[in-house]
Amino acid sequence: MTGELGAIGADVTASRLAAVAGRPSAGSMPTTARRRWVRWLLVAIVLAYVTVLIVAPIAGLVVGALSEGAGAALATFRDPQVIKAFVLTIKISLLVVLVHAVFGTAVAWVLVRDRFRGLGFLNGLIDLPFAVSPVVVGYMLLLLFGRQGLLAPVLQAADVKVAFAVPGMVLATLFVTLPFMIRELVPVLEAFGIQHEQAAATLGASGWATFWRITLPALRWGFIYGVTLTLARALGEFGAVLVIGGGVQGRTETATLFIYRALDERNYVGAYSAGLALGLFSLLLVMGTEVLRRREEAR
Amino acid sequence: MILVDGLRGGLAALWHAVSNPVAWSALWLTLWTAAVMVLINTVMGTLTAYVLVRYEFPGKSLLNGLIDVPLAIPTLVTGVMLVILYGPQAAVGGWLDRSLGLKVIFAPPGIVLALLFVTFPFVVRAVQPVLLGLDMAQEEAAATLGAGGWTIFRRVTLPALLAPLVGGALLSFARAIGEFGSIIIVAGNIPLYSQTAAVYVWGEVESENRLGASAVSLVMLVFAFSLIMLVAWLQRGEETTG
Repeated sequence: MTGELGAIGADVTASRLAAVAGRPSAGSMPTTARRRWVRWLLVAIVLAYVTVLIVAPIAGLVVGALSEGAGAALATFRDPQVIKAFVLTIKISLLVVLVHAVFGTAVAWVLVRDRFRGLGFLNGLIDLPFAVSPVVVGYMLLLLFGRQGLLAPVLQAADVKVAFAVPGMVLATLFVTLPFMIRELVPVLEAFGIQHEQAAATLGASGWATFWRITLPALRWGFIYGVTLTLARALGEFGAVLVIGGGVQGRTETATLFIYRALDERNYVGAYSAGLALGLFSLLLVMGTEVLRRREEAR
Repeated sequence: MILVDGLRGGLAALWHAVSNPVAWSALWLTLWTAAVMVLINTVMGTLTAYVLVRYEFPGKSLLNGLIDVPLAIPTLVTGVMLVILYGPQAAVGGWLDRSLGLKVIFAPPGIVLALLFVTFPFVVRAVQPVLLGLDMAQEEAAATLGAGGWTIFRRVTLPALLAPLVGGALLSFARAIGEFGSIIIVAGNIPLYSQTAAVYVWGEVESENRLGASAVSLVMLVFAFSLIMLVAWLQRGEETTG
């Protein structure tokens, strides 16, 4: 209804605009010419801004990494410490993605489908890790699991090391990446609605079968985006793992912590090439998902 | 937990730890650099979304893809990139320093630049879908009535975009308060000059000063929590009225 009215309005406007455009406006330039001029100016401003802010720094990193030749850059990745750091980063990230894929889906489900007191509060709480400084996240975990931490007696009795060890770094990364999966899934779940599920239930499908055969396929893209963003964030996490892990060479040093140490030791080519590899990997991940999505939409 | 630790020495001790000049200046620096960033980001983010939705131009889909790049790049790597380009020994940074006397890296402008990079997608991605769904008829009606382009934008388009704009701005502000990875690289960690709150907390943790770390952490936590709740509340109000 409104669409029809809108179309009629636009039609009338267009004919009037055409009539107006025929006459020169009050200024020295005809309106359409001035419009075009403003349009190009605005586009130019945006392109310049994005170039200075985003494109130029990326180009700078590529040039910096290759400043002593591709050989020097590649040599970084033959260093066993660097390999260890990257392997640790990948291990932590995959584990975190796995946990969030399961629990994030469950939480998103509860947020959309259930109504209970405190729902709004819970909803806000989920975004909290997004705003809390990673340093504070690491520090909070340290207060809990550190040598003089609240849980220290329990951990000692169980002989588990969390602070300055990999379990603590996994916890920190879990905390930091909490919102991504849920925030991607919630809108998709909301848009999907409940009718299909009810239909399946009416036809005698069990709750699990309904979820597996009906809901999950519909959630696919939200799920894939959630995994991608979680993975990208986990790969690049720095502050929280620095505080809780301590960045011990060969034991709790991740890829980002290696970059930080390399800068400190003035091993610039090492830092730049490791940074380039990490950034490129995350970038390909996010852009690749986008391309896949577009290809599917085009079909 | 952090609440207990921060308040263990009582409110007086907490206040003492926060009001120590180094901690105070770190908090203040964090707030004002984030505020400057929000200002620039709101204007440029809205403009970028507007250009992306309303205009056709070569490289448009490339630009659209570039918006999300900061989400993919680790913030530490962001810091490294900015230092390479705008650092004192770099071509661009050296030129700015010599000809304009403008120091970017290891100074507050570098912090603002890093925050702008990290938070760039938030305003754009908040405004873009709303702008896409906006009914053009109102703008056209205003044009028919003889309003100029700027007047139409200010009086018709902008009010409709206000809610997502404020949401995006608050979100980028919240994110900026806690930003660490890029800032520790670009800011140079100079107390009373370019040390932000997150970097201050890290220093206190390193030197095992628990009270200092807990106090400033607590302030940051309260800030993050209030901002997130404010955004959630604004969104809920939006849903019930709209």
